[in-house]
Amino acid sequence: MNNLIILPIIIPFIIGAVLIIFPKHHRLQRVVSGFTAVGMLLLSIYLAIVVYQNGIIVLEAGNWSAPFGIVLVADMFATLMILLTSLLSAACLFFAFKTITPQREKFYFYPFYFFLLVGVNGAFLTGDIFNLFVFFEVMLLSSYALIVNGGTKYQLRESFKYVIINVFASALFVVAVAWLYSVTGTLNMAHISERIAELEQTGVVNVIAIMFFIVFASKGALFPLYFWLPKSYFGPPAAIAALFGGLLTKVGIYAIIRVFTLVFYHEPSYTHKAVIVTIAGFTMLFGVLGAVSQFDFKRILSYHIISQVGYMVMGLGIFTPLAVAGAIYYIVHHMIVKTALFLFAGAAERVTGTTDLKKMGGLLKTHPVLSWLFFISAISLAGIPPFSGFFSKFPIILAGFQEEQYIISGVALLVGLLTLFSMMKIFSYAFWGKQKHTNEQAKLPIGKLLLPIAPLVALTIILGIAAEPIFQYSLQVAEQIMDPSIYIESVLKE
Amino acid sequence: MKQMRPNDMMLQVSMRLITLIIFAFSFYLFLAGHNNPGGGFIGGLMTASAILVLYLAFDMKTIKKAIPFNFTTMIGVGLLFAVFTGVASMLFGFPFLKHFFDYFQFPIFGEVELTTALPFDLGVYLVVVGAALTIILAIAEDDK
Repeated sequence: MNNLIILPIIIPFIIGAVLIIFPKHHRLQRVVSGFTAVGMLLLSIYLAIVVYQNGIIVLEAGNWSAPFGIVLVADMFATLMILLTSLLSAACLFFAFKTITPQREKFYFYPFYFFLLVGVNGAFLTGDIFNLFVFFEVMLLSSYALIVNGGTKYQLRESFKYVIINVFASALFVVAVAWLYSVTGTLNMAHISERIAELEQTGVVNVIAIMFFIVFASKGALFPLYFWLPKSYFGPPAAIAALFGGLLTKVGIYAIIRVFTLVFYHEPSYTHKAVIVTIAGFTMLFGVLGAVSQFDFKRILSYHIISQVGYMVMGLGIFTPLAVAGAIYYIVHHMIVKTALFLFAGAAERVTGTTDLKKMGGLLKTHPVLSWLFFISAISLAGIPPFSGFFSKFPIILAGFQEEQYIISGVALLVGLLTLFSMMKIFSYAFWGKQKHTNEQAKLPIGKLLLPIAPLVALTIILGIAAEPIFQYSLQVAEQIMDPSIYIESVLKE
Repeated sequence: MKQMRPNDMMLQVSMRLITLIIFAFSFYLFLAGHNNPGGGFIGGLMTASAILVLYLAFDMKTIKKAIPFNFTTMIGVGLLFAVFTGVASMLFGFPFLKHFFDYFQFPIFGEVELTTALPFDLGVYLVVVGAALTIILAIAEDDK
């Protein structure tokens, strides 16, 4: 049944539309959205298993065959991303139940939450480049609403920059699609790929490729287009910041990986090994330098998003099956751990009332569970062996040395060290040391806040211990996306 | 000093007539969309402008009494209309958004082609009307 793969798009759509109708009934909104989030999680697990067993599933919307209608394509990479999306969205939603104020809830928080998921899932599943643009806009419009929800002065100022940069990038996206359409005469990604293969990627096609890279780089926060991210992710409440930190930039990275493995893969010596690798190196380095220089819990984490996005793009840039598999493993690891860390920042803020590291201290004594769970995620992020961070960085750097990309591999190792340094800075300032919050705050129970985060921490441990089967899986994903003929044949059915 | 309320009788009387014409034209545009220029988007915008003209001629309270819709709810209903035309084809085992059409005999109009694209367009129409009026009324009521 091919209609299965559209369910991750239309279920949040229907629920979002229903939730618009009764914005004032908080309880009902929570119950409906909670059940939907859990249902989506189960559905996406089922979908991932079905696609793993039966190969790529293609749905031709409206029964129009491939290059003429819109197709939705669920390959292993897309279903993996959908699985992660529904996992993170469920965790953040249950965290939001506990932390978000009724003031913010009243202004259509849950409808926008689900429309965001419509956009993200749609962007993962679509097989049509203009449809990708539309789903990007669905995602961005809901993210504008969520990032400004609450309307504090800080949020208004920073979300303005966020909107401006994204509107500009979207305009550039339309221009890039128009250019690609004028060269190839088609919008279906499989069909574009076929036509580009006939054209032999030269001259103008390379320019279009770089233009797409710029567009997705500004969505995915790569050097030099990352300046909007740290400040705009600082404004919204922790649940939203965690969802954005885990999810939104990775949609840009997904689009880069999809476009540069499916369409523009004929000139890897120029696009991948020169441009993408260089940008990845700068992204990692500047991101982590920003993190080292900050003295705020959430800001450090926001800068870390940038440096880690660099690792994923580096994996793509090296462009061997091992490196791409490493990049995919890294996406899985990063989405889980980054969301967990942002939620820990929210829980710590709930206790101490601040995210300024110099005003925090001694959380280890009063809230030991929070502290040790944070510690596990922090060293997992930095890449210490028993946890998932190590096994995701290792293949990327190994592939870097195999391909004789010594500079980038060296940068990646150095960035790992600096990551560890800044995570330990958080740990030593906020958790060690003298207790700086009052005794009343020390007695605050946060067990319920930790419940949605605990599964994420458990997953990073499992991903580390069970690295072998999971790496096999991401290797299969990498082999599938690095052989575009599989995708093209299943879409165009030749 | 109390502000004088101007007597805009000319405006109010003419708007009652003109609104009717705009409504009729927007409805025509909405139905004509399949074979002629028009459709849910432009029809919805024109309906919104007809209601807006009423807001210009009369004050908020009067119109709220005459048109007791919540326009934000209308967006939700419109979205549901649009998505359920897609889901309906799924229930019969076709792919999402597969549309159907057939010809029917009606007493006055004769043979008419009816398609499932119409309820989809109705959804678009409701969303456009709802969104346009929500935006305008939210700005208008802002200073309260």
